[in-house]
Amino acid sequence: MSWFDEKGPEGDVVLSSRIRLARNFEDLPFPDIISVEQSQVAIKRCKEALLDKGSSLSPQLQFLDLKAMDDTSRQALVEKHLISPDLARNYSKGGLILKNDNSVSIMINEEDHIRIQCFAAGLNPEAAWDIADKIDDLLEENESFAFDEELGYITACPTNVGTGLRVSVMMHLPALVKTGNINNVIENINKLGITVRGIYGEGTQALGDIFQISNQVTLGRSERDIIGNIRGLAMEILNAERSTIEALLKSSKLQIEDMVYRAFGLLSNARVLTSEETLRLLSDVRMGVNMGMIDVPITVLNKLLIMTRPANLQLMCGRRLEPYERDIKRAEYVKEILKTQSGGV
Amino acid sequence: MLCERCGKNPATVHYTQIVNGVKSEAHLCSECAKEVGATFGGNLQGMMSGFMPFVFGNNFFTEPFGPGSFLSGFMDWGMSPGTVEEELRCEYCGLLYSQFKKTGFLGCPKCYSTFRERLNPLIRRVHGSSNHVGKVPRRKGGNLRIKREIEELRAQLDEAVKKEEFEKAAELRDRIKDLEKKLKG
Repeated sequence: MSWFDEKGPEGDVVLSSRIRLARNFEDLPFPDIISVEQSQVAIKRCKEALLDKGSSLSPQLQFLDLKAMDDTSRQALVEKHLISPDLARNYSKGGLILKNDNSVSIMINEEDHIRIQCFAAGLNPEAAWDIADKIDDLLEENESFAFDEELGYITACPTNVGTGLRVSVMMHLPALVKTGNINNVIENINKLGITVRGIYGEGTQALGDIFQISNQVTLGRSERDIIGNIRGLAMEILNAERSTIEALLKSSKLQIEDMVYRAFGLLSNARVLTSEETLRLLSDVRMGVNMGMIDVPITVLNKLLIMTRPANLQLMCGRRLEPYERDIKRAEYVKEILKTQSGGV
Repeated sequence: MLCERCGKNPATVHYTQIVNGVKSEAHLCSECAKEVGATFGGNLQGMMSGFMPFVFGNNFFTEPFGPGSFLSGFMDWGMSPGTVEEELRCEYCGLLYSQFKKTGFLGCPKCYSTFRERLNPLIRRVHGSSNHVGKVPRRKGGNLRIKREIEELRAQLDEAVKKEEFEKAAELRDRIKDLEKKLKG
């Protein structure tokens, strides 16, 4: 089980919500310059506070030794968003505490000593925050975190001081992308006094029409405010996506249907699928599902999104695969899943 | 107008950013603009992105540009032209301020005290604020926690009075009084 095995609130557009909290021990150097011995101290403290103390959460948490894994396994964690690419690269001093349903991952000695990450399906940053807040409290029962009355929680990079909070929402916005309306949405965000101008140059279209929206400012606003802002913005974008879908259905239903059924046909029958093509087709099928043209559970599409990524595919096959072999296995897997788990066209 | 950074050439590149409703402007000559971000056209986005409260990307972790790249552009704009910056070193972890300027990462929590004077303006520019208003740790927060709770209750009290919920207001007032006693005691 994982966030992508369930459909959360507003799950047609919002795949997941994530909370990230950055915390640091006051008496250790930051991970960038930490020694091996000191890095072990940080790991030991986290294990003691979360695993050994016998809180109600402890039995569901486990420590994963990143050093004991091969590259593919670490990469598979990256594809599931459980660790960052940085931690996968600099794993020798790092650690990971993971909840058995993958909804909580605590990265140790990434950019900060502790990065608590909590996931929730759909648009539900509040639920993810509640868990992150609890884990923070649990850690703090044992340890003193670096904290300053003015600057709040102290972090390795000044861009994260204050709450140490980053709220992210992953959204699937195919209709806005296809109609080019995504640019209007960004303009509207600009009107709120938020600078987004310029980031959407040509050719920056996100793979699979999936976008992530997150706050950059962490200081001077309460956690509740930051979460509320992101929720508000996500709702606005979501409404724009839904009304664009309606408009498309009115103006060009046949063309959209054609596109959706072609995508479904390719995914269900192709013998070779690259990872990029898969993402693109999955986006079209997902749009078809949301338009009621096709019957595939959103959760199946969520699962395919992650399991067709290169490292997870190789883990599933139990061995390293050459890129072309991967494309063949990917096509086999997608075909099988769609055959058994979808209601079809 | 002369470039804010070098003070020598006329400023030809201007831009405005608004963070948390706080407006700040930058006026640079094209030389400095280039230095601040290798080519301005491409890297303007990079510099700006750091200031954008909202970032789009297809990867959960990919923030479009590393912290160093945009922080470095804004670090010394407050300095008068031509001054040679005195090198500061954190006595606890040994980090030089110049190292921080390169990487965007501090060495240890105590660096914030060592470099406070230089960091504070930078933090204000990045966040539009230099005052934390969020969660306070139980262990270290002590009085601060109580102060924050009082602030929170006062806001609720104002709200209650506005809505003419006087019973609730009286209750809130008592709780504030209790907390104030606790703060003094």
